[in-house]
Parts: sequence; C-alpha cells; structure tokens
Amino acid sequence: MERNQQLRRQLASMRQSLFDQGHLDEQFILLEELQDDANPNFVEEVVTLHYRDSARLITTIERALEKSPLDFNKLDGYMHQFKGSSTSIGAKKVKAESTQFREYCEAGNGEGCLKTFQLLKRDYATLRRKLEAYFQLARQAGPNEIACRPK
Amino acid sequence: MNLNNDKGSMSTASSSVTVSDQFPAGLRVLVVDDDPTCLRILEKMLGTCLYEVTKCNRAEIALDMLRTNKNGYDIVISDVHMPDMDGFKLLEQVGLEMDLPVIMMSADDSKQVVMKGVTHGACDYLIKPVRIEALKNIWQHVVRKRKNEWKDLEQSGSVEEGDRQPKPSEEADYSSSANEGNWRTSKRRKDEEEEMEERDDTSTLKKPRVVWSVELHQQFVSAVNQLGIDKAVPKKILELMNVPGLTRENVASHLQKYRLYLRRLSGVSPHQGNSFISSHSQEPPYGSLSSLSGLDFQTLAATGQIPAQSLATLQAAGLARSAAKPGLPMPLVDQRNIFSFDNQKLRFGEGQPQHMSSGKQMNLLHGIPTTMDSKQLVNLHHSAQSLGSLNMQASAHGNPSGQSSPLLMQMAQPQSRGQILTETSGGQVPRLPTSVGHPILSNGAAGAMLARNGIGENSRGTGYNSVSQTSSVLNFPLNHSAELPGNSFPLGSTPGISAGMSTLTTKGGFQEEINSDIKGSGGFMPSYDIFNDLQQHKPHNWELQNVGFAFDASQHSNSLQASVDVTPSVLVNQGYSSSPRNVQNSSVSAMGKPIFSVGEGSEHGNALNVGQHLNSLLVDNSTRVKSERVTDTSCQPTLLPQHFGQEDLMSAILKQQQDGLGPAENDFEFDGYSLDNIPV
Repeated sequence: MERNQQLRRQLASMRQSLFDQGHLDEQFILLEELQDDANPNFVEEVVTLHYRDSARLITTIERALEKSPLDFNKLDGYMHQFKGSSTSIGAKKVKAESTQFREYCEAGNGEGCLKTFQLLKRDYATLRRKLEAYFQLARQAGPNEIACRPK
Repeated sequence: MNLNNDKGSMSTASSSVTVSDQFPAGLRVLVVDDDPTCLRILEKMLGTCLYEVTKCNRAEIALDMLRTNKNGYDIVISDVHMPDMDGFKLLEQVGLEMDLPVIMMSADDSKQVVMKGVTHGACDYLIKPVRIEALKNIWQHVVRKRKNEWKDLEQSGSVEEGDRQPKPSEEADYSSSANEGNWRTSKRRKDEEEEMEERDDTSTLKKPRVVWSVELHQQFVSAVNQLGIDKAVPKKILELMNVPGLTRENVASHLQKYRLYLRRLSGVSPHQGNSFISSHSQEPPYGSLSSLSGLDFQTLAATGQIPAQSLATLQAAGLARSAAKPGLPMPLVDQRNIFSFDNQKLRFGEGQPQHMSSGKQMNLLHGIPTTMDSKQLVNLHHSAQSLGSLNMQASAHGNPSGQSSPLLMQMAQPQSRGQILTETSGGQVPRLPTSVGHPILSNGAAGAMLARNGIGENSRGTGYNSVSQTSSVLNFPLNHSAELPGNSFPLGSTPGISAGMSTLTTKGGFQEEINSDIKGSGGFMPSYDIFNDLQQHKPHNWELQNVGFAFDASQHSNSLQASVDVTPSVLVNQGYSSSPRNVQNSSVSAMGKPIFSVGEGSEHGNALNVGQHLNSLLVDNSTRVKSERVTDTSCQPTLLPQHFGQEDLMSAILKQQQDGLGPAENDFEFDGYSLDNIPV
C-alpha cells in the first residue's frame, strides 16, 4: 500500500538517524535479528523492559547523588547495573556516559559524577522518546516481512 | 552442533520428544540475571540456539529450582553482580551441590573478575553484551564435564595420569575465552580444597573414585565409632578398616563427607516426614541423609568420594526433600520412591510430598531426632547404613524386584544431574510408569519409598515426582544433597529407601547409590540403581527418571534385560558390596555419572553393545536411559538414561575414549533430550 510504503520509509529513516546520531549501536541490530515470527515485537518488548527497569535505577542514582558525602562505591554499583542494561539494548551514548560516570566514581570525583549524570539523563530521555516514536510508527506500519499482513 | 549425527538412530522412535535428537538442541539451560532486559535477551538467544531455557532473576530462586529439580538442567549461566547473592557464591553452590557446569557473565571484563570466575570454578566467562555466537557453544561445557566425570568413574580405583580432567584440547573448540581448562583447574582446586586430607600419592589429577559400598561404609563407620568421632583420623580409620587398596585419601574424603552428613543430621529437625520411614522401620538414615544439607553433600562430593554426581543427587535428594516441593504429588511414589532418594518426600513413598519442605530435609529417618549430636548421627548413620545395606541386598540379589537396589542405588547416586531429572524436566514429568514402581519396590516398602522419593524431587512440576521419585528414591542420596557421602551414607538419606530397605535387607553393599530410581521407580536412579534392580524393571522407568539410567530400563522393560542380558549384577557395578573399588568403575553408571556409566567400565565394548541393545529396548521407555551401558565389568549394560544428549555425549565421548568401542556412538541411543521419553 502506498500508505504503508510511506510509513515504512519513514520508519527506516527514523531508524537510520538513530544510528547516525550515535544513539544506537550494533547491539540494537542484533536485537532486531533475534526478532522473528514467534516474537514479532521482541525489540520493543526488550526496550520497554529496559526503560521500566532503568527508570528505577535512575531515581536511585539521583537520590544517591543528593547525599553528602557521596558514596562512590554504591554509585558505581548502581551505574554498573544501569550500564549493563543500557548496553544490552544498544544505547550507545548512554553507555558511554555510564562508563564516564564510573570512572569518576573510581576517581572519587563527585563533581564529575554529577555533571556526567546530567548528560546521561538527557541522552537517556532523548533516546527513550525517539524509540517510543519509532515503535509507535512501526506498529502502524505493520510487520515488514509480509507486506500484506494486516497489523 | 550435533555430537552424533547418528543420534537420530539412537533417539529411538519411542521418544516422542519434540526436541530434536540432535545434540545440543534441547540443552537445558538455567539462566540467572537480575537485569530483566538481559534476561529476556538471553532467553531469546538461547531459544534461538534451540536450547531449553529457564530464566530466573534471583539467585536464591535459581538454587531452589536446581535443588528441587536436580536433574532438570544441564548448565547454568549466571550474572556476576546480583543483589541478593553474589554470582560467585551461586557458582560455588551449584558446583558443589549439583556439579553442573556454570558460566559466569558480566559487563565487567577486568582481569580480576575473570580470574575470580576461574578460581571459583566457572567453566566459562562471558562478557556482556553476550553474543549469540558465544552461547551457541556452551554445550561443550556440558560434554566436557560429563566426559570427565565419566572418566573419573572409570578410573575409580586407579590413578591414571591426567585422566582426571580431560584435556581441554580434546574438547574441540573453546569458544569462550578464559576457559582454558579453567573448569578443570577449578574443579581440581575445588577437590583439593575440599579434600583437606592429605593426598599423598595421587597427583592432583585424578583421584580414583572409590565406591563406598554399604559394607565398606559400615566398616568405615564402625572404625570411626571405635576411634570416636572426634578422634577419628583417616590414618587410623584406614588401619582399622584394613581394606586393601583403600587409600588414606579415600578415607579422608569419605570422612569429610561423613562429618558433614552427621552435622547435617544433627541440624535436621526431627521427624520430618519420616512417617514413611518409620513405617518401614527402616532406619531413618535416609531421612537424615536427605536432610543433609546441600552443603554437606557438596562437601562429600568435593571429597570426591562420591562421584560428584552422586552427591549431587544425594543432596538433591536431600535437598529436594527439604525443599520439598510441597504438594508434590508423589504419585509414583511406589515406584519411584525407591529410586528417588532425592525426593525426600518420596522416601516415604507415602507421597509425602514434602515434608521436607521444612527446609531441612526431612528426616527421612523416622524418628531420628535431628538434633542428634554427632554420636547420634553416627548411629543414625549406621542405621542408614543398614538401610543402605538393606537396599543393597535387595538390589544385590539381582533384585528381583529391583527395588532394593534402587534404594541402595540411590544412595550412591549422585545423579548426574542431567540424568534423571532431566528427564522429568523435560517437562514431562513423566511419572514413572508404574512399572517403575514395581519391580523395584517389590522389595517392599522400599519400592514405595523410592517411588515416592523420586517424585518429590524432581517433579518439575508434578511430573517429576514420579519420575524423580523413582529415580530419586534410590537416588535419594544422590539427588539431593543426599549427602551420601560416597555410598554408604545414602542409606540413610533415602528415606524412601529406608522404607524399602527394610524389606530389602541389605544385601550386599549395594550402597551404591544406585539410582534405584531407575530401578523401578523410574526414578532417576542415576546409573546405579538401575542396574541392580532396575535391570529388571525398569526400562520404562528410567525414562522418567533416569535420564541417565538406561539401565533402569532394563529393569522394567525386562526387555532390556533380555536383550541386554543385563543381570542385576550389572547394575551392581556398583559392585558395591564386594569391591568398592571395582564398583567404581562399573558403578560408573551408578555413581552420579549416570550418563557416562555407559560404557565406562572396562567393558566398554560390552557396555556399548549392551547399551545399544538396551537402548533399542528401552526405546520405548524413554530413551533416555538407553545409553546406559553398563560399564560394569560384568558387562552389564547400565543404561543411563541420559537425559539430554547424554547419549549423544556419551557416544561422543565414548567414541573418543574407547577406541575399541566403536559402535559406541551409534549405540547410544540416548536421546539426550528425550525428555519426552518419559511417558507422561
């Protein structure tokens, strides 16, 4: 369908820009490859799981950053978890910032941690928003494999 | 990646397994990670590899699952950083209790962490994000482990160089990094650490596995009692026992296990579900045994006395009991009970679904106050032993009913994990066909007990119970923490057995934990049982339970026997009564390494043939067992129904190992995965 094709194109370009802008890396592609007929919404499912779980971590880290003095060990631990989760969906920027944050923790640099965390939160929110839009569109466009399969 | 392309032939039509017979498909993986995202991804990836995945986000839950379903998994993958339990701790526990290969994973790739994985015994370490390619090859760890166990069994009694651990080089590809023989090393290390006792002559490599027959164990216990539990040192014990060929190390490790066992007994709450036992007037040892905490069992396992598998089985049995699947139906109770030592519940055969749940394995020993102190425990132990011996006897006599053996067998059976439970885990919980129950049980209560036991444990759901029961009954010791240290202890541990035992009248040193389950109860008798009693009965049973015991099938299916000509003696590879040492090899099947027992014995050739034959017979049963080859010198094919791909593994391994065997690969009709074999 015309409309469908249009949507698909839109979808493809959206997806491409996520990569181009450095928000996503190859891991995301691997997830896409795991998606199959048995699990047609696998990627979305995983991403949703990730955001649900990581939101909790973000809050925890935020709270921990408000404490004084900062408990770097704890912060590092939380961030390790967060990083692992972000890595698994291919969130490239967020992952880089997590790494940076951990380095600051190791160095005991509270200032660095705070700054990095702000950046991280921003990129985290951006990617989340973009992915939500992406999946929404994907649902509209329907499965790519079979063009005429109604969604 | 199929080990055996021929597998198809083996897989026998009988198995209605949906899983392809092609190993490693169907490999049962338990993945543990607190991160839901990663967990989901891993699940999907493993599924793509055609593995059977179970996911879990808490380490404690994972341990429970492993304990209750002793043979339900082939390999464990765990994250390092988890909130409720450190991944390394889980790794250790699994290694000790269940002796399953464990793969660690983490986003952390620093050398220290990887090293820690190695030292704690991880068989591999994956860096997150994990790629599917890395997961595709994890089956190698399962094979390797079995191979080693098999080898150990084979070598029991003889120190062979470097046998202990198969060289990694043999094993094809090490897809994972940092794995070069690390498990080997870790295993070795573990053994060394565990065995505190002096290991004088043997190199760290192999320690011959002595089979602690009931008689031998009794001798040991009396020696210990003579010296006084506090003063009992291996050297003196050895002198008192005066058993030629027994080394101080053997005694030392056995002593260690025994101590743990006693400790555990004292910690067990009295009278947990012993009802069954008391009813049978069997020594409650089983109960106690079952109560042996997994740790003890581990220790025992560690000491290497009991093949790790058996210990695992025992423990599992014990733990299982405690873990009690509450409400596990012990349907199979009869049959399985005997075998399923693991299922503590089963022990009683009464379908006590879990008295064990109390957390501390139920006291299989009826009336055995768990608070007994060590001395008391010793007594219990004795009783257990007697039970064991009873079992043994029962089984020894070629087990007309096979029951007795199963009981005994169980004890010793450290169920190779995969084995019996795996069967059940197939989800089928095939409750051991009644056939299981009878033969073995014929001995009487024992059977019932066993049957029950088997059920308790394994039931993944319910299915297992029956299955596990049978196998577990005997295995009781094996599955759960049956701490059956080695062999003799199992006696006590399998409550179910005890029941059965009473009737059994210890025949001989059955003690091997013959996974009596196999015997009739279809329990999983890890290799051992089956032989003894099972031979007669159970070919079917083992489907359920024994994954490893193909032999079991022989029991039931009779056909097996016929074809295989397996004589009960075969099972006895276990040979327990007579020569512990020999038994080892032969009992290979029995001992925990059900899978491998197939052919492990010297007679591989025979075993293989037999196994094959059996396999064919068993085919309908549940293929699992098939591959059991009775390595027993007497060529008794011990079919160890190996559950997953064991057959494949076995074949593959056997192939490698036994030059002469030749037909091994084909012969093994393991349907490794034939979980479905077990008639549900």
